[in-house]
Amino acid sequence: MPWLSILMAVPVLGAVGVALLPKGSDKLAKQVALLVSLVVLGLTVAMAVQFSPNGNRFQFEEKYSWIPSFGVHYGVAVDGIALVLIALSAILVPIVILASWHDAEGAVAAPVRDAKGATETADVKTEVVPPKRSAKTYFALLLVLEAMMIGVFAATDIFLFYVFFEAMLIPMYFMIGSYGGVQRSYAAVKFLLYSLFGGLLMLVAVIALYVVAEKNTFMFPELIGAIQDPTTQKWLFAGFFIAFAIKAPLWPFHTWLPDAAAQAPAGAAVLLVGVLDKVGTYGMLRFCLELFPEASKFFTPLVIVLSVVGIIYGAIVAIGQTDMKRLIAYTSISHFGFIALGVFAMTQNAQSGATLYMVNHGFSTGALFLVAGFLIYRRGSAQIADYGGVQSVAPLLAGAFLIAGLSGLSLPGLAPFVSEFMVLIGTYERYAVPAIIGATGVILAAIYILWMYKRTMNGPTAESVKGFTDLNGREKWVVAPLIALIVAFGFYPKPLLDVINPAVDKTLTNAQVTDKQPVSTVAEKKGAGQ
Amino acid sequence: MQSPAEIVQHSGGVIGVSWLMIALPLLGAAILLLGGRRTNKWGHFLGVAMSLGAFVVAVLSFVELLGLNPEDRRRAFELFEFIPGMVNMGMLIDPLSISFALLITGVGSLIHIYSIGYMSHDRDRRRFFAYLNLFVAAMLLLVLSDNYVGLFIGWEGVGLASYLLIGFWQHKPSAATAAQKAFIVNRVGDFGLLIGIFTIWTTFGSLAFADLTHQVTGQASEGTLTAIGLLLLLGACGKSAQLPLQSWLLDAMEGPTPVSALIHAATMVTAGVYLVVRSGAFFEAAPTAQLVVTIVGVATLLAGAIIGCAKDDIKKGLAGSTMSQIGYMMLGAGLGPAGYAFAIGHLITHGFFKANMFLGAGSVMHAMNDEVDMRRYGALFSVMKVTAVTFIIGYLAIIGFPLLSGYYTKEGIIETAMHHNEILGWLAVLGAGLTGFYMSRMVFMTFFGKKRWAEDAHPHESPAVMTVPLIILSIGSIGLGAYLVLGNRFLTFLSPAVGLPQPADMPEPHVFGVGPAALATLALVAAGAAFAWFRYGAAEVPAVAPRGSFLTTFARRDLYGDALNEALLMRPGQWLTRIAVFFDSRGVDGLVNGLAAGIGGTSGRLRRVQTGYVRSYALSILFGAAAVVGALLYVGNM
Repeated sequence: MPWLSILMAVPVLGAVGVALLPKGSDKLAKQVALLVSLVVLGLTVAMAVQFSPNGNRFQFEEKYSWIPSFGVHYGVAVDGIALVLIALSAILVPIVILASWHDAEGAVAAPVRDAKGATETADVKTEVVPPKRSAKTYFALLLVLEAMMIGVFAATDIFLFYVFFEAMLIPMYFMIGSYGGVQRSYAAVKFLLYSLFGGLLMLVAVIALYVVAEKNTFMFPELIGAIQDPTTQKWLFAGFFIAFAIKAPLWPFHTWLPDAAAQAPAGAAVLLVGVLDKVGTYGMLRFCLELFPEASKFFTPLVIVLSVVGIIYGAIVAIGQTDMKRLIAYTSISHFGFIALGVFAMTQNAQSGATLYMVNHGFSTGALFLVAGFLIYRRGSAQIADYGGVQSVAPLLAGAFLIAGLSGLSLPGLAPFVSEFMVLIGTYERYAVPAIIGATGVILAAIYILWMYKRTMNGPTAESVKGFTDLNGREKWVVAPLIALIVAFGFYPKPLLDVINPAVDKTLTNAQVTDKQPVSTVAEKKGAGQ
Repeated sequence: MQSPAEIVQHSGGVIGVSWLMIALPLLGAAILLLGGRRTNKWGHFLGVAMSLGAFVVAVLSFVELLGLNPEDRRRAFELFEFIPGMVNMGMLIDPLSISFALLITGVGSLIHIYSIGYMSHDRDRRRFFAYLNLFVAAMLLLVLSDNYVGLFIGWEGVGLASYLLIGFWQHKPSAATAAQKAFIVNRVGDFGLLIGIFTIWTTFGSLAFADLTHQVTGQASEGTLTAIGLLLLLGACGKSAQLPLQSWLLDAMEGPTPVSALIHAATMVTAGVYLVVRSGAFFEAAPTAQLVVTIVGVATLLAGAIIGCAKDDIKKGLAGSTMSQIGYMMLGAGLGPAGYAFAIGHLITHGFFKANMFLGAGSVMHAMNDEVDMRRYGALFSVMKVTAVTFIIGYLAIIGFPLLSGYYTKEGIIETAMHHNEILGWLAVLGAGLTGFYMSRMVFMTFFGKKRWAEDAHPHESPAVMTVPLIILSIGSIGLGAYLVLGNRFLTFLSPAVGLPQPADMPEPHVFGVGPAALATLALVAAGAAFAWFRYGAAEVPAVAPRGSFLTTFARRDLYGDALNEALLMRPGQWLTRIAVFFDSRGVDGLVNGLAAGIGGTSGRLRRVQTGYVRSYALSILFGAAAVVGALLYVGNM
């Protein structure tokens, strides 16, 4: 069965269906979109259980000639790394649709209502920005985006990957630009310009790779080892890497992200930071390391410095933010530093940890953005200073925010801890000093999360917060699965790691790296025992 | 010297289900948090039941352990694979871990029961019990894990529970701030512990206690072992409020008093001592690290005692005392196998008498409308006799009154320290004298002298649900020390887990067990108590604190720890943050915008230009890209 093509076709057809619904049937559009995304999730699960971690590297392969004269194929398949990221996308989309129920109706706020649901509290000043397009278009765009997210991780043809890489920008551009906050146009354009610039560099590198390799194909598995000349590798590496570094984004290519995430509706921000940005780190892991192993080693010190700077810098700037969504965006810049550090530390633990990090960060930042979104929807402001004492009036909302926050600071027992621990310990195996500096990020994370929590949730209840209602049924359904996943994978990450580990093993082999062995004796003792 | 026994993989018997100790309170916490208001009616009973259930499992495991030969008393077994290829989650039941488990579940259950009464008027009592259960589960995970990752999960888990409970009355800004401070300061320590764990992993390739025996660690270089020891010590300092990470503990008294008793006196804050003793295989091979442990211990025991001398807030006085007593334990833990049994023994007896006194303080506060200022107490002995008598038993135990619990364990630490290094020993004696002063001061100010009550205070004895735990704890304060120390009972029991000292490392036994150090200690304690009587018992205590000398101010301000933190860390941190935020919006973003503008020729008007215009700019990039592709394709095909 062509699983991957079906996974892409279903949301596209769903999007067409949603778009063709008559005007004014917004509610139906939401329901159809939710249903379609749940079908995609079901199909993804059905595919994932058939994946055999220790079988062929790429499974569910499909390959058809697309542009024969240039050897471009429609080639899709997944290994463990791609599989978990596709699963992440398939899990997040229905949650985001459910969370975005009112996002497409106006950017910021509905008036704050009291317990009876009627009177508006006095001092709420909100700027409601009407959306430019209809609600159903928003959900059609979401489904199109889902198809492309699955495609970009599944593509084994580098040209196809590039096409998805660029095409993904379009639905996201409209989601930010048409449904976002006050400065949405600026944010959307900035997002687009940065990404296009990166994409352009990558395109040049893709073409050059095709030309230099002289294999008359864009198929990734056939291009491994095709480029031997170190200088060529370096140039091509740079082309790919800068594109991915902007996408991820790594410091200092990051300034588009806080604007985009702050202006985007909460759901779009989740997909932007939770999935789209992962394409950058995924690209580094998949393409940079294996296609250009020599260059990767050459650039490793530079990338590690950028990553560590990003970890600390993102965290420090996050501490100083006054806007919740911008704050969360900066924490993500810090987290992307961890992921890139793990990718380039080139040890099994670090790279498996980095891959796991991509998944866990999707859940934790997703939860954080969405709960912040619920908060902002009630008050009509993303400013931290506009809140205070929410825990006393809406304990469930506060509790969800706290758990999401704690996962953001990688509290042990929650999923992100496992990945952060693996990245750091794996990095420490090879690069002790960067790992130590990076580990100070755990202290900074406690500061930015808990301080935000204290200012919004604790203390005496602010006047404008008094009318807050607690999480409603729909919102509980948004939060519950994310928290359940965060807790479950916090205690039992093995199902994910069992899928990721063999794929990382292959990556390291192709990147021509072997793990460092411990200095001392326990390992020898164990080895002797076997 | 006799090394610890080997850890045997075995999962039979009651010990095989010892994971229930963690699972039961965890389940309790989950039910209480997820069950919501429906569980309000019976939530506190569930919380108590889960804690008692864990206690029963601990007792049964302990009994089973006692039935084994001493060299078989270290059992570990795997529960599940955690990070494949690195670490499995598993339990380690040995004399050390079971001692902690008994203390945590035993004292923990008493404090649960006490809290039914203490929190009866709080509308969030259910949430309180949920957090208490969560704490017990995390603390048991910390001490029962058979590896450093499990320990670390429990370690930060108790930190979370502590955060939630300090900030339990989160609507009070002071409570919320104290909770946040505790978590962040602890994270500084956790950073050290984390790096320590990394170093253990890269050096030895395992994180399981069973693999990290003395034979294995002995093969690493001393430099590496010292580094590991100091990193673990940093973690221990954070959790156990030792210098220089002590500042959070005094603020942590914002939490409800049962929390202070359980977490910030009896159990969690002693986790650092557990860590040092559990990691003996590293410390014993790294004398420098051991020396630093003892120095930290002595410095903290003095600092805590000095702070305790000047506090008028009864809970903060007790908190200073806790710091000080953990300093003693840390000192003992730094002395190697000769000190371990006394350190852990003191930890256990302290768990009883300090919980006893904290709960007693809670009982007093309960009676005095939550007043904590001892200058507003006085003459409470006659109105609350049970509280007063049990508190005084705890007081006699902590100052080391002969034959009571604290006497045996603290004296053991002092004697061993004296034998090891006289300077350390005499400083520890000095600390004991200070203890005699500040604890006597507390008792005199609270229970004796004249009434200095607020006008609306009508003190009364607390209900039985609160006084019965006090009575049980005070029994432990009386007899536990003698039971553990006499005949080296605890030393022998603990030895399979931590090893036995060489005879030469042990202080020589004195006639009637009283040597010069003990005599000096007793004399100083008596002098301290007499001075306290002279100042606070016989003389009138002013209801408002007098200005006091420079030294008093120094002690009242917690030795300027907070001022130091603020000047050295917080202010520069705030500036750094401001500069980084400014730099990010003007510097990095400005640079990139400017660059883009420069190249594109739109000269920095990005923010102002019409959207349509910018969109065509984007399109032009896209077309540009297409053109480049075309050109490349053309070249490629030539």
